[in-house]
Amino acid sequence: MRLKLRFDSLKQTKSMEYISRFVFGGLVTILAGFVADHFGPIIGGLFLAFPGIFPAGVSLVEKHKTQRETAEGKLGTRSARGQASVEAAGASVGTIGLMGFAMVLWKGLPTHNFLAMMLMAGATWIAMSWLFWWARERL
Amino acid sequence: MPAVDWDEEGGAEVNDMVLRFLIGGIVVSVFAVLGDMVKPQSLGGVFAAAPTIALATLVLTMHKHGGRYVAIEARSMVAGAVAFFAYSCVVSLVLMRRRPKALTTAIALLPIWCATAAALWAVWLRR
Repeated sequence: MRLKLRFDSLKQTKSMEYISRFVFGGLVTILAGFVADHFGPIIGGLFLAFPGIFPAGVSLVEKHKTQRETAEGKLGTRSARGQASVEAAGASVGTIGLMGFAMVLWKGLPTHNFLAMMLMAGATWIAMSWLFWWARERL
Repeated sequence: MPAVDWDEEGGAEVNDMVLRFLIGGIVVSVFAVLGDMVKPQSLGGVFAAAPTIALATLVLTMHKHGGRYVAIEARSMVAGAVAFFAYSCVVSLVLMRRRPKALTTAIALLPIWCATAAALWAVWLRR
């Protein structure tokens, strides 16, 4: 399967949707910080992997696919929801990378340099997500 | 003077919150745009589980509390990611089989994340 970067897909997203993502992302980040400050790092750390922006993401996928199908004169509700399901399946693969990201920081941070560990954790997220996505596509 | 101390502390807290809001908004937006652009859709979906909140907050947390504190948060983040995995698998399955509205499904199933995270906290993190 060929990978593509489609810049035209950005035109489908309205400015209000960009703003709502920004605001929602900011609020979820504040929430994560608030939980850590008030309940400590053990509970707070859980919220670093809270799927705060995920519902908005799958909803947008459904909405854009429905708009495309409607423009073609089709009733695309079912296929749009199927597309949202594919997005959610992709996210489940991304969470494996997220586990790798967190494990690198957990094991490496008490003794190693923060910047080096963040770079290694980021690389681990990319590598594990890619590897598991690639394996899943071939199953 | 206690009043001045409170003001300074309160001001610093507001600055911290504004900074978190801006960084969180920017990081989440960047990953969301990447997720929109990358095709096929299944790979774009990977960006929905990017470590956005962690990237946005950990630099500030490191500056404020140090490496050991961040390592404790990261251990809990592993559990949070396992909960996210369980949640996203169920969302995907329900959307595939029943085809309900995506936003309603994703919000209605959030208790799966909460329950899994709470269970992992009880059996692993709390000890």
